[in-house]
Amino acid sequence: MLGLKQSPWIVHYDASSCNGCDIETLACLTPLYDVERLGVINTGNPKHADIFLVTGAVNHLSKEVIRNIYNQLADPKVVVAVGICASSGGIFRKCYNVSGGVDTVIPVDVYVPGCAARPEAIIDGVVQALAVLERRRKAMTAAPQQLASDNSFKTEPLCRS
Amino acid sequence: MGGLLAGADRRVSARMQARQGPPLLQPFLDVLKLCQKENVVVRRSQNFYILFFLLLMIFTGALFFTGADLLLVIFALTLAGIFFILGAYKASSPYSFVGAERELIQMMAYEPMVLLTAVGMYMVTRSFQVREIASYPGVLPLALPGVFLGFLFTLGIKFRKSPFDLSSSHHAHQELVRGITTEFSGRTLALIEVAHWYESVFLLGWVYLFFASFPLLGLVAAGSAFGLLILMDNVFARFKWQLVLKSAWVVAAVLGFGNILVLSFMHGAK
Repeated sequence: MLGLKQSPWIVHYDASSCNGCDIETLACLTPLYDVERLGVINTGNPKHADIFLVTGAVNHLSKEVIRNIYNQLADPKVVVAVGICASSGGIFRKCYNVSGGVDTVIPVDVYVPGCAARPEAIIDGVVQALAVLERRRKAMTAAPQQLASDNSFKTEPLCRS
Repeated sequence: MGGLLAGADRRVSARMQARQGPPLLQPFLDVLKLCQKENVVVRRSQNFYILFFLLLMIFTGALFFTGADLLLVIFALTLAGIFFILGAYKASSPYSFVGAERELIQMMAYEPMVLLTAVGMYMVTRSFQVREIASYPGVLPLALPGVFLGFLFTLGIKFRKSPFDLSSSHHAHQELVRGITTEFSGRTLALIEVAHWYESVFLLGWVYLFFASFPLLGLVAAGSAFGLLILMDNVFARFKWQLVLKSAWVVAAVLGFGNILVLSFMHGAK
């Protein structure tokens, strides 16, 4: 259906990244890559976003924040882990304060590897996420009572109308 | 129409930043998408207020374009704005709360000038009816240069363009998450977008009204006013609310009131 795939709005969160992937993510918005021509908007607001883009490994402080932001995204939603740290924890995997990749806290749909991930790879990851998003929407319209996203992770319910 | 305006705005802005920009129909795609999303709310009643915001905005446009009383049009416009603010207050999140308060400040900033514009139009055409103002044979800004400039200034605030995008900004650089629209999502956010389309068509219609006796000139004026707003949007950084309030009132007092004062002296001299 028209709309969803042409207008992915993104909320970007830095879990505990070294800023390498963050800078590459923001580079996607610059004139060279200009993702806005694909309808992408970098919103600061999870309630307006469709795609949750996380960079950096998850530590014990950012865990709750990630969960909170994920819960605030309206369905259908997808999560993109950008960079090797967000994908698996990377070189910080065994640090005492790091719990690993983003998928230790919330379900991740697309992994974008790289250190730092290249802007081309990030855009490719977002485009792949769009296919997942479309699938979620179909599942949602098929069974509206059941939330389309993976419920195997315990998340607190929000008031939804 | 409004959606196309919003699309043109985004495209022209992108070109000003040396980017290609989204397709012209992007705002329609955005609204389509928002209608397919889940509607997350804090309180259900907040969506009710937004419905009224949209309805009153359509009502304002309908009044204006059917040539009704200009004062009634302003009243309906203000009421629409108030419903939007009430909706944001209802959501009771700090971001939407501060956004709503800033929106109130913005209303206080532009309202005097908007009223003075109506008064100025009355002084020249001797009527508050949009129909009769539109059939006035002369070009209004010749008699109302100050009022016209002042009205252009308030347009920046009404469109929530930088440097006046206090309550909610469409740019990525935010200070209040999304300000007044923070707690709205899905279909309700789509309604807000559509209401803004109506609002921009109505406001540019008012610019056209200044030149209504020469339709072509009016269209050019409305188009260039919109272009000027986009240019300002990309050139200026955001003002603090004190500066917005002060500058808007100074503009209203000097350009708006001064213009009307001169007019009344001229009428007295006759």
